[in-house]
Amino acid sequence: MLAIFHTILARELTLGLRRKADVLMTLFFCVIVASMFPLAVGPEPALLKTMGAGIIWVAALLASLLSLERLFSADYIDGTLEQMIISRHPLALIVFAKVVAHWLTTGLPLVLISPLLALQYGLEVQDGLVLVATLLIGTPILSLLGAVGAALTLGLRGGGVLISLLVLPLFVPVLIFGAAAVDDAAAGLVIEGHFSLLGAMLVSALILTPWAVASALRISIE
Amino acid sequence: MLQVSGLFCERGDRQLLNGLSFTLKPGQLLHVRGANGAGKTSLLRIIAGLLLPTAGDVLWQGKPTQQQREDYHGDLLYLGHLDGVKGDLSCIENLRIDNELLGAEISEASMMAALEKLGLSGFEEVFAKQLSQGQHRRVGLCRLLMSQAKLWVLDEPFNALDVKAVGLLAGLIEVHLERGGMALLTTHQDVPLSTERVSEITLGQV
Repeated sequence: MLAIFHTILARELTLGLRRKADVLMTLFFCVIVASMFPLAVGPEPALLKTMGAGIIWVAALLASLLSLERLFSADYIDGTLEQMIISRHPLALIVFAKVVAHWLTTGLPLVLISPLLALQYGLEVQDGLVLVATLLIGTPILSLLGAVGAALTLGLRGGGVLISLLVLPLFVPVLIFGAAAVDDAAAGLVIEGHFSLLGAMLVSALILTPWAVASALRISIE
Repeated sequence: MLQVSGLFCERGDRQLLNGLSFTLKPGQLLHVRGANGAGKTSLLRIIAGLLLPTAGDVLWQGKPTQQQREDYHGDLLYLGHLDGVKGDLSCIENLRIDNELLGAEISEASMMAALEKLGLSGFEEVFAKQLSQGQHRRVGLCRLLMSQAKLWVLDEPFNALDVKAVGLLAGLIEVHLERGGMALLTTHQDVPLSTERVSEITLGQV
């Protein structure tokens, strides 16, 4: 069981390393969006400080949305996805390995770059750390939920647009609680509630989405 | 033993399979014939479990395949139109992943031997995207040497192969049948196999 998880994870990471442009694009997109805002709205420090967390969260969300279409499409086109579906191992486990790899190559870099972006918006160090923590819990939820959308729209023309329509409503709660946690921390309020909800979303997504993705892939491949 | 009973399949508004039934016993090969668009690939994908039939059952060792998916897939090897070979991975890396997916658990040396047998020695570390179409196909065919599956489902396996590789593949199928394996294949070429084990069905005839 673990061997197949490990094999698929290693495969995805190897492929990620060989297609650096795809992986880096997500990160660049997030950094560019977050850097354009101060230029457009003006360099007012107080304004930027209040908007910072929200902008960084939206940028991270859009960046992970952008990377979703690639999750299954390459494997679909060359037939390796077929072989995964008819392998003797549970498809949900294979899917889970792919999503974990997707997060490691897209979500985690966003989490790691976020302190720099927080600094750019003049967030206090403490608030910056809260931001990193919310992204650390939030981006895996985005990858897991996004995988369902990617699986459902696989092989459709204009799949990228459809993914956005399908998963954006699901992303919204994550965005609301993630960004709100940072704002409340800056206002000196209690933020445990937000983290509990984000944690609950992550646990349910971890348990439920691999099965949903596996079923969706079986339908899409027909 | 593979039993197919009362299989119906509709694609769009076309009726492809109309109550198709057959049985495949150990050591037998079924050659599925039919014109383009007669439903050969659909039939093979239904048997592989990639497509759901409109009605009818596929039974493996007496049980519906849907109810024993992982056991059945452990006994199955399916090669479709797509080779299932990753261009950004080298030949040997592709084989390592296939080894795990097939649950074959063969050694690195056996994988090298499989590549060599299919005329790919020297290409172990070459990215699959740099290979010719025929070589690409051969990497996919290495699965036949690696897997211990009892049932082979091969969709146009002779495509893009040169004469030598066709002979090699026919030999592999023959050995598989002699060991009590079963195989289903579609091809527009004449099957270069000894005929006593081969039965045929033709799709699209009323």
